[in-house]
Amino acid sequence: MSDRLAVRKTYKLYLGGAFPRSESGRTYEVTDARGHFLANAARASRKDARDAVVAARGAFAMWSGATAYNRGQVLYRVAEVMEGRAAQFAEEVAAGEGLSAGKARASVDAAIDRWVWYAGWTDKLAGVLGSSNPVAGPYFGFSVPEPTGVVAVLAPQRSSLLGLVSVVAPVLAAGNTAVVVSSLERPLPAITLGEVLATSDVPGGVANLLTGDAAELAPWLAEHADVDGIDLAGAPTPLAMELERSAAGTIKRVLRTPAEEPDWTADPGLSRMRPFLETKSVWHPIGV
Amino acid sequence: MTHVLDPNALDGAGSQDTAPGTPPEPFADVTRSGDAFRAFLHGLPGVDQVGAEIRAKVLGTRSIKTTAKAWAIDTAISMVDLTTLEGADTPGKVRSLAAKARRPDPEDLTCPSVAAVCVYGDLADVAKRALEGTDVRVAAVATAFPSGRASRAVKLADVRDAVANGADEIDMVIDRGAFLAGRYLDVFDEIVAVKEACGPAHLKVILETGELVTYDNVRRASWLAMLAGGDFIKTSTGKISPASTLPVCLVMLEAVRDFRAATGRQVGLKPAGGIRTTKDAIKHLVLVNETAGADWLSPDWFRLGASSLLNDLLLQRQKLRTGHYSGPDHVSVD
Repeated sequence: MSDRLAVRKTYKLYLGGAFPRSESGRTYEVTDARGHFLANAARASRKDARDAVVAARGAFAMWSGATAYNRGQVLYRVAEVMEGRAAQFAEEVAAGEGLSAGKARASVDAAIDRWVWYAGWTDKLAGVLGSSNPVAGPYFGFSVPEPTGVVAVLAPQRSSLLGLVSVVAPVLAAGNTAVVVSSLERPLPAITLGEVLATSDVPGGVANLLTGDAAELAPWLAEHADVDGIDLAGAPTPLAMELERSAAGTIKRVLRTPAEEPDWTADPGLSRMRPFLETKSVWHPIGV
Repeated sequence: MTHVLDPNALDGAGSQDTAPGTPPEPFADVTRSGDAFRAFLHGLPGVDQVGAEIRAKVLGTRSIKTTAKAWAIDTAISMVDLTTLEGADTPGKVRSLAAKARRPDPEDLTCPSVAAVCVYGDLADVAKRALEGTDVRVAAVATAFPSGRASRAVKLADVRDAVANGADEIDMVIDRGAFLAGRYLDVFDEIVAVKEACGPAHLKVILETGELVTYDNVRRASWLAMLAGGDFIKTSTGKISPASTLPVCLVMLEAVRDFRAATGRQVGLKPAGGIRTTKDAIKHLVLVNETAGADWLSPDWFRLGASSLLNDLLLQRQKLRTGHYSGPDHVSVD
């Protein structure tokens, strides 16, 4: 038996590029799939969510203004750093989801591959979703996709890493900034993802990860006048309809909750990027 | 609640019974010579730096919520001197600022107007015309703002020009160079001369506390400005860092409180610069109430010099009214 003192980790939020505790000072117990204690995670409050929106809004100009190529490089860098942390991710996924080591590792690999896949999309979206429109006059008519703005993401409750990556990466790849509420019972991979994002050239505030209860935080985000879109992937079912209704008050883009948590290993296509892109059409005179 | 500025409130208190340049009793003779004045100012009790900082910090932790917060926000809005002091100021920008000053939240008619619009002297007439028929006053900075480095003749001409342009209030800067060199009587005489040049306009004396180095100097400068007849003392120009801080405000609030206790004359306080959030503003209100007292909790006696603060106050006000968080898309871009 080693006589070395244990170095215990404090599980914090990732907000504006820093790792604060919850403003409320609250924490909650995280257990593994069998109910054994894993960690005390921060339980984010509505004010943490508010601060996260301010951080995301502040980061939006830089992130959306970066070239698509640059965003792709930064996101690819995230995948590189995730790869280095794969063992830690696999351990957390195995404990939280009750998977065997092999299955957990396969899930982590799929998550990293998913991130790389989205990183590749940043500079292809304009080609696929944009167009040069036929117009009856001496003009060019172009339609180009542009990011919506600050997007609140309610991460899936069950798939704690692959599901999380599958909802966060598309929002960032499209050029939005994100306020993410993690799975309530399985938040540890989200905390580690925050540490990855902090060390991989992603500007502070572009992605903000809150651990806590979506049922508590989501209504504030859905009503928030400075949030432009909301992904309800992990919304508790009875609440989803209510959230959609409050989101309508400020005309947010809403990505609805599926009836059941989908199989995240399936090819997502553009379904999670398109909802958080606005199409801008411009007319331009044809030069001589 | 809405504060209506009482135009006589300052006139009564600001006018002096004695000849200009004579401090009120019992301090009438402290300016008889430079040495006497220095002895008086240096005889003021020293400021306990650690104590002042802790006191300001502790008062900043008060939790102000719900109805008290709503009152504080409206009070703070009515105390704002909405300021634009840029080289790039245009008449159009001043007019849009004036429009915002009279009706800060166009969607909500219950929102009070701000106390004043603060501009450079040459734009005071634009602000004056844009604010006709309202209680919002026009404040103009003068005396070679912000450095104060010009001859007295130029400074006085600057003041007269701003008053002629319609300024109701003049924000002057003291000569920090003279103050730091210990030529207190020069600074005193200059404030007296500016006060005279102001005529009916109220005089705010900017101490630029960020350049005064110590709290003791802040206390001395505060007394100096009040003895010279300033209607308000103001912390900073907002052009240098550090601008206004809570401990500095605390020291100045103690000064205005002690001055009224000694002479019966009430002087206002205007912190300026660095107050950006509703939380900052509420901390200042708490400090005023706990230090000088509730008599100062009115736009006649306390102002907040700010530009971006107003938008944050409006966002918080919208949050209280609607129950959900608002965003910068819902206030004007200044």
